[in-house]
Amino acid sequence: MMNKELLSKQNFPVFDAYPGLAYLDNSATQQKPRQVIEAVNRYYCEENANPLRGLYELSVKATDAYEGARTAVKGFIGAKSEKEIIFTRNASESLNLIAYSWGRENIKADDEILVAVSEHHSDLLPWQILAKQKGAVIRYLECSQSGEYTAQALRKALTPKTKLFAVAQISNVFGRLNPIKEFTDICHENKTVIVCDGAQSVPHIPVDVQELGVDFLAFSAHKMLGPMGMGVLYGKEELLEKMPPFLSGGEMIEYVTREGATYAELPHKFEAGTVNAGGAVGLKAAIDYINELGFEAIERREDELTKLAFEGMKKIPYVNIIGADDPHDHHGILTFTIEGVHPHDIAAVFDSENIAIRAGHHCAQPLHQFLGVQSTARMSLAFYNDEKDIERFVSVLGSVRRKMGYGG
Amino acid sequence: MADNFYGEVLTDHNLHPQHKHELDCATCSQHGVNPSCGDDIVLNLEVRNGIIENGSFTGSGCAISQASADIMLDLIIGKTPEEAEHYKELFMKMISGGITDEELEELEEASALQSISKMPARVKCAALGWRTLETLLNFKEVKNEDINKG
Repeated sequence: MMNKELLSKQNFPVFDAYPGLAYLDNSATQQKPRQVIEAVNRYYCEENANPLRGLYELSVKATDAYEGARTAVKGFIGAKSEKEIIFTRNASESLNLIAYSWGRENIKADDEILVAVSEHHSDLLPWQILAKQKGAVIRYLECSQSGEYTAQALRKALTPKTKLFAVAQISNVFGRLNPIKEFTDICHENKTVIVCDGAQSVPHIPVDVQELGVDFLAFSAHKMLGPMGMGVLYGKEELLEKMPPFLSGGEMIEYVTREGATYAELPHKFEAGTVNAGGAVGLKAAIDYINELGFEAIERREDELTKLAFEGMKKIPYVNIIGADDPHDHHGILTFTIEGVHPHDIAAVFDSENIAIRAGHHCAQPLHQFLGVQSTARMSLAFYNDEKDIERFVSVLGSVRRKMGYGG
Repeated sequence: MADNFYGEVLTDHNLHPQHKHELDCATCSQHGVNPSCGDDIVLNLEVRNGIIENGSFTGSGCAISQASADIMLDLIIGKTPEEAEHYKELFMKMISGGITDEELEELEEASALQSISKMPARVKCAALGWRTLETLLNFKEVKNEDINKG
């Protein structure tokens, strides 16, 4: 298929059901192209059996489909081995897995866990709970009002007690890209493990875990064209090897007696119970779609649309964009407020015009407290949006205050 | 998709609320929140001799939550707690979509929020003031004894 076709909304069946919908809530979840839906469908029609279990042809097929997805993920993020790719339900589960499994073994009383203040609750609550259980301390890395973190601030925040630093590669509120490689080097000099939340970055920019050097990376399939209920945890093999299992049950054991068990090898040690093979197949189809399109085309298109939206928003009085002043630093995420209008009312006005945006605290309440706002509205785009979506967005944005009863 | 339900009644009560202020003579106050969306109000009432003599609210939230609280106070000031309870029941009936035309008329300006019944995500915004009122009055007690602390 040509790039132009792959970029088009026409590959996304949801727009057949909702032809007039301008879907601008891609950071929450992306729509699914036909190729992904068909791949999941094909798996259940032609290859379904319980993977990793049965000694018959269909089960072998199911196993191949499931493990083939793991190989695709390995290649997609540049991991060294399939053993480093753990399938989970979503990025939240991936982060919880680290907190429960790595955290319980490695965090002790008085240790410090450093968390970037803009983190999504998914990359904050597991650490808060862990710290409470272990008597450890949570500390925050502060950013500027426009969402910028500096290497200097990180160096200052790290202490000999800092065992872990949790940070998103792209914040789901600011959309700004953090210098993860630099952060990793600084953390490693301090013997601090770095956990990177890639939920908002992996769908939009090329991510190479070896180049970044991070110890862990978490992301979700559903934010990158794939199905819901499917997530990935990347971890360095030497770390994963030493970690105890997260959940227990079928498929994660080697040998079980009445007294105990020995656990399966990586990655299956962390995948208890029947796995989400359909989800894995869908994730692989999503990766294939992204690879065929290429990140160069995705980034170019998303940058173009972000710029168009940003410039339109800038012209409207009373609209305040959160974060950087350069649209290039937003990666398709434009969080904003309108003076005098509550974000839920903003979203409702957009909804009445068939435009989907998000309003609220975007699961980042500490950040909103830091910014001094209770909630914000957010439009987030993807490559399959088009100029018309953006023009409609800007035009409705310009009408919100009038619709809310403000004169002029 | 919603129709534009931000009519004049709603936007006017939101932008120019009559009852959004502190109330020094309040005999009872109650905090009400919608944790998921951050609507946050404090409802104050002055109840004397079985009559809601005065009322106010403070706080922040979306237009629907704020306007609905203001409209509610218009309705219940000067009424007995029993009458307020009756309005509350009518209002809840309206936003769950099961009200008759006669009942709707009783709600006066509050009937402007009827279309919320088609917006499940916003029902809790419209109901915040009324739910706070319900907690505050704890109707059964108020019916039996005067609140006269102030």
